Order: sequence, then C-alpha cells, then structure tokens
Amino acid sequence: MKARRLLAMAYKEMLQVWRDPRSLAVALLMPLMQMVLLGYGVSLDIKRVPLCVFDQENSQQSRAVVERFVSSGWFEIRRTLGREAGIRDAMDRGECIAAAVIPADFSRQLAATGSAPLQAVFDATDVNTTNIALGYAQGVIAQANADIAARWTAAHGVRPSLVGQVDLEPSTWFNETLDSRNFIIPGVVAVILALVGAQLTSLTVSREWERGTMEQLISTPVTALEVMVGKLMPYFAIGLLDAAFCLVAAIYWFGVPFRGSVLALFTTTALFLVVVLGMGYVISVRVRSQLGASQVALLVTMLPTTLLSGYTFPIDQMPAPIRAITLAVYSRYYVTVLRAIFLKGSGLADLWLPLLGLAFYAAVIVVIAARAFRKRLD
Amino acid sequence: MSGAAPAVLTRGLSKKFGAFTAVDHLDLSIEKGQVVGFIGPNGAGKSTTIRMLCGLLRPTEGTAMVAGLDVGREPEAVREHIGYMSQKFSLYGDLTVRENLRFFGGIYRVPRRDIEERTRAAVSMAGLEGREGVLVRTLAGGWKQRLALGCAILHRPPILFLDEPTSGVEPEARRRFWDLIHELAGGGVTILVSTHYMEEAEYCNRIALIDRGKLIAMGAPGELRSQRLGGQLVEVECAPLGAALQALAAAPGVIEAAIFGDKLHVVLGEAGLGPAELPGFLATRGIQAGQVRSVAPSLEDVFVHLVSGAQDERIAA
Repeated sequence: MKARRLLAMAYKEMLQVWRDPRSLAVALLMPLMQMVLLGYGVSLDIKRVPLCVFDQENSQQSRAVVERFVSSGWFEIRRTLGREAGIRDAMDRGECIAAAVIPADFSRQLAATGSAPLQAVFDATDVNTTNIALGYAQGVIAQANADIAARWTAAHGVRPSLVGQVDLEPSTWFNETLDSRNFIIPGVVAVILALVGAQLTSLTVSREWERGTMEQLISTPVTALEVMVGKLMPYFAIGLLDAAFCLVAAIYWFGVPFRGSVLALFTTTALFLVVVLGMGYVISVRVRSQLGASQVALLVTMLPTTLLSGYTFPIDQMPAPIRAITLAVYSRYYVTVLRAIFLKGSGLADLWLPLLGLAFYAAVIVVIAARAFRKRLD
Repeated sequence: MSGAAPAVLTRGLSKKFGAFTAVDHLDLSIEKGQVVGFIGPNGAGKSTTIRMLCGLLRPTEGTAMVAGLDVGREPEAVREHIGYMSQKFSLYGDLTVRENLRFFGGIYRVPRRDIEERTRAAVSMAGLEGREGVLVRTLAGGWKQRLALGCAILHRPPILFLDEPTSGVEPEARRRFWDLIHELAGGGVTILVSTHYMEEAEYCNRIALIDRGKLIAMGAPGELRSQRLGGQLVEVECAPLGAALQALAAAPGVIEAAIFGDKLHVVLGEAGLGPAELPGFLATRGIQAGQVRSVAPSLEDVFVHLVSGAQDERIAA
C-alpha cells in the first residue's frame, strides 16, 4: 500500500461526500435527527399517567394520599368520580388509564392498624404502559408508607410490622423507570453509528460503478486494498465525528451519566466503526447501484441493531433460539459495552468478552471487504 | 523490455460472453511508436480487446503482452505503463479540472516535483487555462475528452489505449484531438486508438480492421487501399439505388457493389462488364444510370470489401 495513493483516494472521496447533498445529509443531519427522534421518542418513561380518583371518604388523609399522586409528577388527575361505575366509563372514553379507589373507612383503618387498603385499577390494554403506571403507583404508595411509618414511629416509639415490606420492592421499579433514558441513549448511539456508517460506505463503490468512473479507476495501478483503505479513511473520520457528537449529546443534552474511561469508549467505537463501515463497503461492492446498496445497508444495520442488540428489547428475555442469534449481531456487543462504560464505569479490562466479540467481527469483515473488490469489469 | 519487442502482442486472444464470441482468436502486433487505428463496426470487439489489453477483462483464451509484460500475470505492472481512455467519459464530474488531475497524479504517483508542471501541461493541452476550478461535469464534450487524455498521460505512459475517444465530439474538436495524438506519437508514445469514423483511420500509421471479433486486415492505410480491393473501383449515379445494388451484385464481373452516400461503389474485375457497359446493363433492368467514373478507393471501400469477403467465406464454410 502506497501512502500517496491512499491520500489521493481519501481526499477525492472527501470532496465527493462534501459535494453530494445526499451523503452530506447522511453524515451530518441523520445523526442529529436520529438523536432527537430516538432520544426523545423512544423512552420507556411515561409521564403524567391520566388518573381518575374515586375518593369514598374525602377526608383530610385521603385527600393527602391523592395529592401525593399529583405531586409525584407521574400522574395527572383527569376526573374525580362520584361512583364506582364511573371508572369503567372514563376508561372506555380513554380519559384515564388508571383509577385510584379509596375506601370510606380509609383514615379510620389507618389510625387503628397503621395500614389501609387503596385499590388501584388499570386499563391493561397496553401491558407495558400498565406495568410502568403500576410501578409509579407503587412508588407513590411506598413513599406515603414511609412517611406514615415515620410518623407512627414518632408517635408510638416502634416501627409498624407491615410497612417495611411495602417500600422495598417499588424502589427497584423506581430506578428503572427513572433511568430508562440513561439505559436507552447509549443504545441509540449504536443505532445511529450503525445506520450512518453503513449508509455512507454503501454509496462509495456503487457511486463509481453508477457514474462510470470505475472503469478509469481500475485501469490505473491502484490496488484493490488501496481503494478500500483510501475510501474508508474519510468515512472513519466522519464516523468518529458523528460518534463524538452523539456521545456529547448523550452526556450533556440528555444528561446520561458517564462513569467510564474515554479511552475505552474510543477503542470500542473505533472497532464498531470498522465493522459497520466494512459492511457498507462490502454491500457497495456487491450491489452496483447506489439506491440498491443503501437499501441493503439499511436492512442489515437497522433491523438487527434495533431488534436484536438489546437496545430496547432486553436480550435476557428473548427465547433461547433468538438469544443465540443475537450472538451474531455485531451491535449487541457495542450496546453492551457502551452501557457498561456509561453507567457502570467499566474499563477495557472488564469488557474483554464483548470487546473480543467486536474485534472478531471487525477482523472477519475486514478480510471479507479486502477480498470483495476485484479490479475487473467481468 | 528489450528494444525490439512489440509494444502490444496478442496470441489467440479471445473473449466469450456466454454464447457470444466478442473477440475471436485475435493476433495483434503493434510496434513501438506507432499510431494504430482500430477500425470496425459497433460490436466488432474493439472495446473488448482494449479492455483485455488493460487487464479490465479476463480473456477466455489466449495471451496478451503489453510493454513486454503478461497482462494476465502482472496487470498492475502493465497499468504502470499504459494510459487508458474508456469509451464512456469517466472522470469525476463532481470534481474540478484541477482536482481530477491531482487525483490521477496521486494515483499514478507522479513525482511531487513534477506534478505542478504536468498539471499545467495537461490543462493547457485541454485548452482549459483559467478554468482549473470548474466542475468537470459542466464542460462540453471536446474539453472533457482532452482533459481525459490529459489525465491518462499524467504518468507519461509509453503506451496509450484510446477507446473511441472522439465519438460524440464535434468535428473541430475531433481534429484538435487528433493533433494531440500526433504530438504524443511524435514523442514516441505507442497508441492504439479505436474509432468508427473511417476518415480518422487515414490519420494512423497502421490500421487494424476488425469485424465480429476477428482481425481481417492490418497494414498502412495506403497499402490497404491499393492492394485489397482486387479490381477497379467505379462510382455510379443511379436510381433506385436498392434495385441497382441487387442487379449489380449478380452481374458478371462485379466483385462487389455497395451503397456509398447517394451513389453506388462498384468493384469491377478483369472479365465481364466494363465501366462503359454499366449504364446499358442497368437500363435493361429498368434502372436509370447517370455518370460512371473511376474513383480512388477509400478505406471504407476496402473495409466493405473485406467484410463481405469474410462473410462469403463464412457462408462457403
């Protein structure tokens, strides 16, 4: 490989990207748009669950409990009902997905035993939302319990036996719902890089075929390897730039805590880029039209990365055969590593297994890519 | 490379695309420093041959040596010694004149101290002074072709393959292009240039006539004209042309008859009809004939003769 040719190739490619609105949009606009869409759009948090209240007691204490739902910020009271049948009506009309029913003897029971029932009714059509709303409700009640217990303890000098059980479990719910964005955003970075990386390089060889410039290029002494490396260099730089943009946005805009090392982040990102850029390149060599190549690239990056990388759907909960398939999904390793670096602060040494997976993948792709391009017309 | 070795030498070079034979056992030898015109109708196998010589297509059979190197074994080494202009314009339209030249200069690893001067030379050769920063796709055909030639010779290759470089270019630009070819040839460059413009063939040192993948004649234009026809060529004004052509093709002593513009070109052998008897012969068949005059054969006449001869042989076989 001759440096002179690599530089000529890389510079030419850079100029072409710069002057091609489509490539430029993919390189610069797509990460921004995806970051906004996926960062805000894909969130497991549900803010302001619409709630109806059927308060049969309407005492100071019952109102205080209702007030807790509102002040938690997760619920919004849509309607105060006068009878139980009203719950069904409100849910049918889609006014609320949750209802709180407070019995007539709420404060009396609480005073007598230190515990009182509160019925929560959910519209479970959307199971996921229901689970989350349930989590919120348990959180609200747990907090209420804790406060009541504190007051009870202050008044009676002993802890009530029941309270301890209730406020433990919801706290796990708490964490997950609160942090769902922190959990998802690192995955979003992987999705964007996979998409953008493969899209860009999917155009690079097919463009030359389509425009007829390939014939001139392959009549020169440039080697197939020089074409590959020279072409991929600028996209690698663009990929790193996009990665930096996404990661900075994740940390400073979406406020995802970053606890790991920048070196680990850079190393894994570089490896991941090699994989996706290489894939796009191979597709570009095989599919000689730009449109065809970009669609194939979309298919092989978007589908596995969104569905099988564990970015939104946890791999642990997949059936065993699907779980086995995810082992072949390159982005799952990157998602795993990114989350670990971001949230757990893991270093390179802790991550050797997924890193190995990624490195293996990168090596395979590079070998395939290096062999893919033949300087021939037939 | 020894001094005596030909610049291009092929032995039994063949290329099949499925059942179609594009190039059929071609033996071609081109001496150094010659401008060889590669002439033949569309689909005769000119482009396929040139592409095989550049190592872009793999021959089905046979070998090709270019600059003394086996194209099949050392394609990259061959490419160091050749410049190629494909039939379709293939510079980067979204790059400027200067950027295209710099790119190919880099790819060919033109010495850094020479690059500036050669870029300037190529720009001036193409007549693009002052337009170095213009995107190539905005240039008109003639400029594009000359720039493509400039890119192809940046590394000063001793051998040039030009595949129909003047097709679709206006006559004035075509003439300028041929001036450039002769300048390069004057500098010792061997050039194989394909064209379907017969008059361009006259500009070449030697001509290789190719039809249906086969080399049917090779020689200097004058040689081909004087030796190949096998009889006297006359031009006949007559109407209707089609009927006259049919009548003459079957007439005694007519070696060949072909439509040439709005007239007929007829090759007459020793025995049979003489030039003076032609109008009478045609009149008996209800065809009006005007002047009959003897003309010097053009390469097109030779080509028509050779192609029909090859056809007769095929039919006989």
